[in-house]
Amino acid sequence: MKDAQILRSVPRAINWNRLEDEKDLEVWNRLTVNFWLPEKVPLSNDVQSWGQLTPEEQTLTIRVFTGLTLLDTIQNGLGAPALMGDAITPHEEAVLSNIAFMEAVHARSYSSIFSTLCSTKEVDEAFRWSQENPHLQAKARAVLETYAPGADPLKRKIASVFLESFMFYSGFYLPMYWSSRAKLTNTADLIRLIIRDEAVHGYYIGYKFQRGLETLPQARRDELKDYAFSLLFELYEIESRYTEELYDPLGLTEEVKAFLHYNANKALQNLGFEALFPDEAAEVNPAILAALSPDSENHDFFSGSGSSYVIGRAVATEDEDWDF
Amino acid sequence: MPGLVYFSSASGNTARFVARLGLEATRLPISPKEPLPALPRDYVLICPTFADGEGRGAVPKQVIRFLNTPAHRERLRGVIGTGNRNFGETYALAGHVIARKCAVPLLYTFELAGTDRDIARVHDGLAAFWGTQCLTA
Repeated sequence: MKDAQILRSVPRAINWNRLEDEKDLEVWNRLTVNFWLPEKVPLSNDVQSWGQLTPEEQTLTIRVFTGLTLLDTIQNGLGAPALMGDAITPHEEAVLSNIAFMEAVHARSYSSIFSTLCSTKEVDEAFRWSQENPHLQAKARAVLETYAPGADPLKRKIASVFLESFMFYSGFYLPMYWSSRAKLTNTADLIRLIIRDEAVHGYYIGYKFQRGLETLPQARRDELKDYAFSLLFELYEIESRYTEELYDPLGLTEEVKAFLHYNANKALQNLGFEALFPDEAAEVNPAILAALSPDSENHDFFSGSGSSYVIGRAVATEDEDWDF
Repeated sequence: MPGLVYFSSASGNTARFVARLGLEATRLPISPKEPLPALPRDYVLICPTFADGEGRGAVPKQVIRFLNTPAHRERLRGVIGTGNRNFGETYALAGHVIARKCAVPLLYTFELAGTDRDIARVHDGLAAFWGTQCLTA
């Protein structure tokens, strides 16, 4: 039906100098400036570090990365294209095409890690594992349902934000953990580039969800909010079992779950909703936070001696001075 | 009366934080075409970060324009920076940039719309901070 509409309407060229939503250009600029390819990262410097992991740790790492590859594959081939069909502005559609392509770059990157560090046999086994693991398959299916043709566009956005801002994190935890122990640090650099992209994706799709939501009557808004929280519960259940299966042998499950709670809360904030998990349940190991962001410690001038500083002299400022 | 000024883009994270904070606050307009509302005498600024991967453009243009007016800059007493740790080194960068540029303390940093703990710390911290400001003024 949509195809028929497209054929009847006048084809229109995109004009980036006439914006309906400034956010489209802002995010387009951010994504294009942040563009990268895996060749940028010297992964081969991790060969020695890889050799120092135990066989169990290596298997875990490869499995985690095939799980991440699966989500990126879905988001590249189905998720972002489904959202393109729902786009309100032509600029939104263009931004989503960038998002779709970067998901392909992410999926490609894991194979670069594999070809640098692992044997073909190990990698083939891990991909087989990813097809057979019930928890990984369940989380993929839960999202794929919302991407099916005819599904509610705003529910699709909810699921997509959960994929971008929540479901990756049981996987992202591991390279951050290795990095905090000075292992696989180049691989972690690559993963941080992916994390940065996914943060923009989750932010943007969540923003578009909020724009859509605010046009609806209250009853529909309530329904979508209920849907979001129940889908998050469902995904969290799957994610918990997936986490236990992967991380129990290393005794890291509880730490990973705290990281899941923390990221679930952030995903909800991207949708404009309040947090679900209380602060105490979302306390992430500071070493993992520092692996995400070196300046991760929250600045808290308030808890220090507030009266001891001296106000400096403010300097004259110009627009161009602020780009540092 | 000391006050609170904030910028929040259309995605609204900072605005939601301020709404939960329960303190009177002035929002800087998103569009540069809109006039500035009446400003408190001295204020703390809450500013989100919009940096690219290299840290460029961290401070929103509207906030730069606002602070480029000397009268606005003179009344700034401190800054609270927000962001997302997923952006690595540029987390809450706008707060650092403004603190350095305007020679005011970076009072606090938090992610997105903040947690309950962030709300409590900023709420109590601002009350204590204004207390010390009055004593030293």
